[in-house]
Amino acid sequence: MTAVTSLTTLSPKDLASDQDVRWCPGCGDYSILAQMKKVLAGLGIPREKLVFVSGIGCSSRFPYYLNTYGFHSIHGRAPTLATGLKVARPDLQIWVITGDGDGLSIGGNHLIHAIRRNVDMKIILFNNEIYGLTKGQYSPTSRLGTRTKSSPQGSLDNPLRPLSLAIGAEATFVARTIDVDVNHLTETLKRAAQHKGAAFVEIYQNCKIFNDGVFEYATDKSVKADSTLYLEHGKPLIFGKDRNKGIRLHGLDPEVVTLGSGITIDDLLIHDEKAEEPSLAYLLSRMVHPDFPECVGVFRCVERPTYDDLVNKQVTDVQRAKGPGKLEDLFTSDDVWVVE
Amino acid sequence: MAPISTPLQQSGHAAQHVLEERDSVTIRFAGDSGDGMQLAGTQFTNASAILGNDISTLPDFPAEIRAPAGSLAGVSGFQVHFSSHDIHTPGDALNTLVAMNPAALKTNLRDLERGGILIINADAFTTSDLTKAGYKVNPLEDGSLKGYKIYSIPINKLNRDAVADMRLSPREADRCKNFFALGLVYWLYERPLEPTLKWIRDKFAKNPAVLEANTRTLKAGYHYGETAESMPVHYRVSKAQIKPGRYRKITGNEALAMGLVTATQLAGIPLVYGSYPITPASDILHYLADMKRYGVRTVQAEDEIAAMGVTVGAAFGGALGVTATSGPGVCLKSEAIGLAVMTELPCVIIDVQRGGPSTGLPTKTEQADLLQAMFGRNGECPAAIVAPCSPGDCFTMAFEAIRLAVTFMTPVFVLSDGYLANGSEPWAIPNIADLPHIPVKHPSAGSANGNGESNGHDHFLPYKRDERLVRQWAVPGTPGLEHRIGGLEKEDVTGNVCYDPANHEHMIKTRAKKIANIANEIPELSVVGPDEGDLLVIGWGGTHGAILSAVQRAQRKGYKVAAAHLRYLNPMPKNTEAVLRRYKRVLVPELNCGQLRLLLRAYFLVDAIGLNKVQGRPFLISEIEEEITRLLS
Repeated sequence: MTAVTSLTTLSPKDLASDQDVRWCPGCGDYSILAQMKKVLAGLGIPREKLVFVSGIGCSSRFPYYLNTYGFHSIHGRAPTLATGLKVARPDLQIWVITGDGDGLSIGGNHLIHAIRRNVDMKIILFNNEIYGLTKGQYSPTSRLGTRTKSSPQGSLDNPLRPLSLAIGAEATFVARTIDVDVNHLTETLKRAAQHKGAAFVEIYQNCKIFNDGVFEYATDKSVKADSTLYLEHGKPLIFGKDRNKGIRLHGLDPEVVTLGSGITIDDLLIHDEKAEEPSLAYLLSRMVHPDFPECVGVFRCVERPTYDDLVNKQVTDVQRAKGPGKLEDLFTSDDVWVVE
Repeated sequence: MAPISTPLQQSGHAAQHVLEERDSVTIRFAGDSGDGMQLAGTQFTNASAILGNDISTLPDFPAEIRAPAGSLAGVSGFQVHFSSHDIHTPGDALNTLVAMNPAALKTNLRDLERGGILIINADAFTTSDLTKAGYKVNPLEDGSLKGYKIYSIPINKLNRDAVADMRLSPREADRCKNFFALGLVYWLYERPLEPTLKWIRDKFAKNPAVLEANTRTLKAGYHYGETAESMPVHYRVSKAQIKPGRYRKITGNEALAMGLVTATQLAGIPLVYGSYPITPASDILHYLADMKRYGVRTVQAEDEIAAMGVTVGAAFGGALGVTATSGPGVCLKSEAIGLAVMTELPCVIIDVQRGGPSTGLPTKTEQADLLQAMFGRNGECPAAIVAPCSPGDCFTMAFEAIRLAVTFMTPVFVLSDGYLANGSEPWAIPNIADLPHIPVKHPSAGSANGNGESNGHDHFLPYKRDERLVRQWAVPGTPGLEHRIGGLEKEDVTGNVCYDPANHEHMIKTRAKKIANIANEIPELSVVGPDEGDLLVIGWGGTHGAILSAVQRAQRKGYKVAAAHLRYLNPMPKNTEAVLRRYKRVLVPELNCGQLRLLLRAYFLVDAIGLNKVQGRPFLISEIEEEITRLLS
């Protein structure tokens, strides 16, 4: 066989592994997988530099279907393995695939810290508002009152909004996209790939078997224009079938307004991905259907030194200042005496 | 040895001193947590090591940062055993106790031998401090101490006198009183002042007032001993016969850190250390965080589980992943350790054991995590286990752990304990050329099998094994070797997720055999004493010194007893069963309720007897010696 060299031009087919995909027919994960292959192929990064680390859940089977390096780890802990891997190997591009249970229930703590440290990794959270793999319990993002096998009278936990949490942990890249919005999904994944630092992407993903249709307001062509607001940096927040509705600030809160009758585009909030303070991004993350259109797109994209860079730089700085360590110095770090 | 009388000293005091020779002395410094006893003990240890005695130490301090001053809970102690011959433990009974306050006397007096030297800071025996210590009557006045050689000295006052003209505040002055006591004890045991004087000069170079104050009080304490009529006898403990070489003092935690760095440097692999602070393992993180010159990257993770995740992730990336913790941390890490076993990645998990269960006794020693290391994971989940037997051996076993981890692609536990971690002994500095270079190979870019060979497939086979049943350490970033690993059961060779019944059983047995195969590449078990006899005393971990000393004493009395010590617990050396069977009986002293004993009985059907102590303290030599005598009489 001829030696395999680094593939620099990839096609989506090059990213497919030989494993049969075992998600349910109609699962939103198929679309995410398809767009991911396209995105990876177009990054110009050698395939061997790509690593996918996942936890446990339907989402977390993702690495098996890509012909990259991959690690299907344990429930909620993928960000920790990704952190160790990135610190050891800053040359790799690392994707963490997680879900609403894996990432926000058992894994909530690790998510916060990976984001807080700004470790250079792309965290893709497939939010289907349910625990799929364990057959249908409610999750930290399930709407209040969700009836499931573990909550026959309806769930009682106030749901978490993943993006609010990520913004609270000061993620340097925060975005939301939708599994069936193929173009937007592709664009969002591409931007996440290009971001240096912790990039957090929430994907609204439909679980056909256990929670079907929970995002229909955002995917059904007849209603989605009025229930979603596509964010664009520097542009006013406008939405609606006729593009005549917008968001303006009322005190500290967002307010839906209709243009006309004295309200013009100038009254509307302008989206700013690059705002230093995450307050605007946070405000947008609080907008929930049906009271507000839900924002889709990049909420925040700022630069901050990454943890892995800083860790490795601290090491090289010390080595430059004091010289690389000699074992002899290590042994003689305390008083030495000689016995003749 | 006939007493040597020394002539008159300076300052005109007529003091007739008698110098007595001693083989070995055990001294304990005890005082309030704020009294600087750890520092005094450490300095005394250094001076003794530099003088050439063999030394062994036992620091003993409370878990709290600062318990109320003068309370029993706040007593901090440091025990030093120093000798002109080879010693292996910090000493059974104390010959000398320095008690800086009533609480220290109350908690430590029971360990002082009858007729032992009791140096008391008389100034601390005030009504209020006596009450805090639970004394209704002053023991200095009620005759209860008449069985000891008491030296009741106004240390606070003498200390303040020594720095009187320096215009320090009373608090600043009092902070030096530990050095006054130290100076006195230096005189009592003929220790050199210079190493401590040098330490003071280095440590307080930027603070001339403190430098001067400590120097003065150290010398004042020494001078007091020289001139006081009340202390007629002082002692000499001569240099020990130690193998020629270069030595330094080392604690177990220092040795582990140094061993990890040295082994990875020589093997040419990067070291990534992920951990979470926990008593008594935190110092390993501190040492390694300060070793960036050696390229060590440390990550202080958000919790114990994250620390293990970092360790496993780093190993996947081709670094040696290491973490250290104590008992409670091992519990938390168990799932992630299982993942490392299942994905067959090289990493090292150090457990510096402490009193359990649960939060237990954070600053007290115990060795009750052996069964946790063996079995504390779901399913059939074998990991290799090694255990150092002394502070210096922590260096050697760090090397061994790394060798086994990378050679067999497995997590390896290193079971240390609080006593080894903080205890110190002289350590022969090794010749770097004599240290093992651990070979590490990663498959290189090339067709499918790595290294340019064909494996009959068009993709890499992550679980193809060599004759040891070990898979290759293929590292991300290597073209052509892209593969996925994970915690689900996998088909052997291909690594594809697989639920097939026969495959699962095959994988369980294969992973078990891989660990069992380690026995082919570790040293055999050796014994100290007759090759066969009436009793074998066998232990593991930090009990080595006490067991060896007890057995040697019994041997001198004519008993047919031998000592053995397991430094490899899983697998055990190949000849372990054969060794056990050569003795009529087997005694297993352990600081737990019988964990090694359980394994020996289960594996070898040997009727091993246990000697079990779970008091948060190491064995006394006498405890083991008495049991040996009892069994053989």
